[in-house]
Formats: sequence, structure tokens, C-alpha cells
Amino acid sequence: MNRSPDKAGQRSPDLWSLYEWMFKSRIFEEAVRQIWKDGKISGEMHLGLGEEAIVAGIVSQLIEGDALALDHRGTPPMLMRGVDPLGLLREFMGRPDGLCGGRGGHMHLFAPERLAASSGIVGASGPAAAGFALAGQMLRPGTVSVAFFGDGAINAGMLLESMNLAAVWKLPVIFVCKDNDWAITTPASTAVGGNVLARAQAFGLKAIEVDGAEVGAVWSAAGEALRHARAGHGPVFIRAHCVHLEGHFLGDGLLDTFRRPVYSFRKRTWPMVRGFFRRGGAPWIERIASLRQILGGVLAMQSQTARQGDPLRRTRQVLAEKDAYRLAALESSVRLKIQECVAIALASQGRAL
Amino acid sequence: MRRISFSDAIDDALGQAMAADPRLILVGEDVQGLHAGLFVRFGRQRVRNTPISEAAFLGAAVAASMAGLRPVAEIMLVDFIGVAIDALLNHAAKVEAFSGGRWQVPLVVRTTCGGGYGDGGQHEQSLWGWLAHIPGLSVVVPSIPADAGGLMLAALELRSPVVFMEHKLLSSRWLDFLGSGGRETVTYDIPAEGARGFAPDIWEPLAMGTAAVRRDGSDLTIVTLGVGVHRALQAAAILERQGISAGVVDLRSVSPLDKGTLCKEVGRTGRMLVVDEDYESFGLSGELAAVALEAGLVFKYARVCTQTTIPYARNFEDQTLPSVERIVRACTSERWI
Repeated sequence: MNRSPDKAGQRSPDLWSLYEWMFKSRIFEEAVRQIWKDGKISGEMHLGLGEEAIVAGIVSQLIEGDALALDHRGTPPMLMRGVDPLGLLREFMGRPDGLCGGRGGHMHLFAPERLAASSGIVGASGPAAAGFALAGQMLRPGTVSVAFFGDGAINAGMLLESMNLAAVWKLPVIFVCKDNDWAITTPASTAVGGNVLARAQAFGLKAIEVDGAEVGAVWSAAGEALRHARAGHGPVFIRAHCVHLEGHFLGDGLLDTFRRPVYSFRKRTWPMVRGFFRRGGAPWIERIASLRQILGGVLAMQSQTARQGDPLRRTRQVLAEKDAYRLAALESSVRLKIQECVAIALASQGRAL
Repeated sequence: MRRISFSDAIDDALGQAMAADPRLILVGEDVQGLHAGLFVRFGRQRVRNTPISEAAFLGAAVAASMAGLRPVAEIMLVDFIGVAIDALLNHAAKVEAFSGGRWQVPLVVRTTCGGGYGDGGQHEQSLWGWLAHIPGLSVVVPSIPADAGGLMLAALELRSPVVFMEHKLLSSRWLDFLGSGGRETVTYDIPAEGARGFAPDIWEPLAMGTAAVRRDGSDLTIVTLGVGVHRALQAAAILERQGISAGVVDLRSVSPLDKGTLCKEVGRTGRMLVVDEDYESFGLSGELAAVALEAGLVFKYARVCTQTTIPYARNFEDQTLPSVERIVRACTSERWI
């Protein structure tokens, strides 16, 4: 990472402000998790727990006119772009006074005044960001668009096609791959051929790799990427490594194996046991290999989420050493604001789901 | 006979076929976890996880079937088929016609469909009419476990491409995966007869294009499929108390369509109500009217379908998807008299 002072007068990251956004997102999503568990949010729930540093490091540097193309984890970027948390929460709860009138839900968040759109289709943020960037290039020179997606999307044709399109049209797109090494239950080692960074480079994109748990590093990488794109030098690809603390979505089967063993055994392990003993099929050695593979996946996911990959913990540690009192004040102020927001949303809730 | 869940019935029939034919493979995103019973039983060569590359693996499944394999390609949710539609629209459906019948595509696309669990309009569509619109594709939509297993075997035996659609509200496994996520704090209007039912110990194929008359009625005929069958049966029971005798026809497959049963039943009652969870305009509901008209029938007609993008909020969703209430209202409207 190039940390030398920049000609354009690069500032150093304001860790306090970045941490505040990350912490706000974390507390908000933890509240969402509880409300989901209580059954007041329907369907799936993909949280960005673990992605906060990536989102904060990038979104904090966006300016008026920049666009956001989001995936199914749109909550942190929407929040950090200044979308009202109460509107988000009400949207998740399916209320008419939610951000999109309760009609979109957490995977389909739209904030036209901030040029922020999301999609539940894997890879769709690629073409969307290219289109936002094309409009930006022609109508609002100097603005950029950012595409957020996971490493699962890196195998979607439309994402690869849009990287190429952005390269040949020199579109100001920042493609941000939030790489946690998993596509739902499929590990990247069995799904991604070659090297992700090299793919982007092969299309002619400037490519940067960064530890997505280090918000300062992400901030610096994003600054470099944004200067490149804003100056009209074309698209940039950022690969930021992270973990998903709740797995793919709430109720993730791989994490549930340990968190709720009884339920998990009944729902998931029992069908495997039955399959193992069914007549007809593969020889025993292959069946055992399948079981071992599933167990390996469970353990790998377990150790990944337990690892020191939580971006908040790291930044918090740095700030606590600087000024523990200020940190406590910041946290309690954010906590209070989110608690208020949750209380308002819950107090005025409509019918139970 | 035994009691079995809807999702287990499909995997059970598929497992029976896989045990009998080593050319049969299952490919798709996370299939090793979602169908862990099959993965453990048949191993990683025959139950293959794919990258999130629908266009690639569905397109590859088309050609693999042309070259001797019998792939079942799973598109996790039918909504995601948009990414890979070319493989079906321009290839799977066309190879047999283009080759003058010399080359066939014995492919089964297994996919989930339908709403009612609050997942929003990008994860809850039905799209069976949209798919059946394409000549060369068969589309099956079972409503009970016994049919689901039988139709899966029939789909596997057919020498041309079949889209096999599994409604998530009938499938406890999918509903657990995408809806409740293991929560006990959410409830769904799950049709009990569809989610669990009797099934044979050894599966036999159930011919596609044979509708089932689920209930006899003399005043009007409700023509439907999937979860709609159960909603219609519930509505018919309510209507009976109001002195209206409503029959219910379960199409079971959209293409091929059982025109004979449709025309016979509608011809008898002179009234057709289509209950279709797919979109109303330019789809199955209009097609059914056209088929009956072409057969020379004179009948009254109404439909209860999904008219708009399915909203995320559960209460809006309830108003959008065909419901018992909407069916009863349609059947008792003045225009039927």
C-alpha cells in the first residue's frame, strides 16, 4: 500500500469518523438481527456484519453525484451514504412508511436522490455500476460509481462483461469485491479459477488488493482508486478480504451446526445419514468423502467467523489506546440514536408478520 | 405407501433414478448442501456444486445432455433463470427442431418458484407461463408429493428439456432455507396436503400433460396449479356452504397442457375461473381461455392471478398473490350469474 503523501494533498484517514460509521452500521444491523429473529422481518436477511470497514473506507469518500450499485447486502452502504436508518428499518419491517413503501425489502433498496440502487441477483451490481458511470461520465464529469459484490459474483458473466465494458469505455467505476472466500456454502477454492486480481488486470483495470478488516488501509486504497477514476483514467478493481460474521445470511446452515445442534441435526444431518445408508449409489469410500467434505465446510466456516477478522475490534483497539473516554462517549451516543430509532419503528409497527 | 414431504419426494424420486442410471448427474449452486442426502449417497462426481455462473452451467448442461449425460441442472430460484435464459430459449428448446429431429436435449432444469413467505418480487416469481411460451420446453408444476416424485421421473425419462418447478411454500426445505431461516417466530399459510402426503415406495413416472380433477363441481370449474390448487380447494369448500358447486382441475403441467380435461370440465359447467400465481397478462390464464374458445366452447370466464410485481411486505404480498378470499370473491361475483 502506498502511504506516501499524495500530490493532491492526501489526508490521513480519520479513524474516529470511520469508526463511528462502522459502529453505527454494526449496532443497527445487530438490532435488525434481533427484530428478524423476533419474526418482525420476513424472508431472508443478509447482513453486512464483517464488511463495515470496506464500506466505510469507500463510501465515506464519495461526493455528491457519485452512484452506488449494491448487492443483497445493501444496508451498510445505504446507511453510510446517509439514508435514514428509520426508513431502512421500516422498509425491512414491510411498512408503508419504509424507504420504498415496504415493497422492496432489504435486498431491493433504492434511494434515487443518492443514486443508490440494489439487487438480489448476484453480479447485477456490475452492469448497474457501468451504467451509472456512463451517465456520470456524460452528465456529471468527475463523479464515479461504485459496485459492491462478493467473491461469489466474480464468476457471474455479467460482472466480467461489465468490467470489460468499463475498461474499453474508460468508465469511472470502482468495482469492489468483498471477498470472504465463500459463495453461500461453496468455498472459493472449489469455485474460483485462477486469481481474482489477475482477472481484473487482464481486462485492463487498475487492481488493488487490501485487507478489508483494516479500515485505514481500505480508506487509502479507495482514495487511490477514486483519484484514478475521477481523473478519467478508467475503472479500478479493489479486492478487499473480509469475513461474514453471520455467514451468508441469518440462519446460515453451516454456522447453525454448532449454534443450534439439535435443530440442525433434525433438519440437515439426518437427511445425510439416511442418504449415507441408502442402497444404490456411490461406493462407501466416496460417501465417506462427501461426509468429510460437509464436515470440513462446517469447520472452516466456524473457524473463519471466529477468527480475528472483525473489523470493528481492530479499529476499536487502536482508538481505545488513543482516548478511551472519547471512544466510550462516541459509542454510547451512537447506541442511543439507534435505540431510539428501533424504539420508534417498533412502537409504530403494523400487523405482525 | 408412506408419508413423505414434498421436497423429500422429489429428491427420493431423483435418487431412485440416479441409482438406476449412472449417466444422471445433479449440478447447481450449493446442491451438495441443499441436497446433502443425494450428495452423500452419490458422491461429488455426480452431485456437483457450481460457481454462481448460471449461464455457464445451464448452457453446459444443455450440451452435456446432447453428448450422453442426463443432467439435472438446478437453478436455485426461477427468478435467477434470467441470467441464463439463453441456454433454454435459444438452445435447449431449439436443438431438436434445428437438427431436424436428429439431436435431442434430455435435460431437466429443476428450480423453485412461488411466493407467500415475504422474500420480495425478485425471489418469488412463478414464470411458468413465460417459460412454457417457448416451443420445445415442457414445464411441470406439481402440487402434491405423489405427483412431484412421479413427474420428476417422467421428466427424467423424456428425451426433451423439461423445467421442473418446485413451489417453495410446499417445500419445507426451501421454506426453511429462504423463509424462516430456522425461526419459529414466523408463520406461513402452508397447504398441509401439499407439503406432506402419501407416496409409493417405488416411484412410477406420471405422464406429463395429464391434469387431475381434484374436486367435482357442477356450477363452475376452477383451473389451477401448484399452490393455487390448495387455495382453490379451500375456496370450493367455502363456496359449497354458499350453495355453489365448484370443481377444481389441477393442471400439473403447463406444457404439455391437458386440453382434453380442461375442455371437458369447462364444457360441463360453462364457467371457467383460472387461479394462476403467475402474471396475469399474456400468460397461462389467457392461454386457457384461448384453448377452450378454439375448442368451440361457450363459457363464462374470470381469473385470479398476480397482476403486479410481488411486494415484499407480507400484507401487500397477501393481496397480490391469489388467495382463498380473492377466489371466493371472483366465484360469487355477479358476472357469473
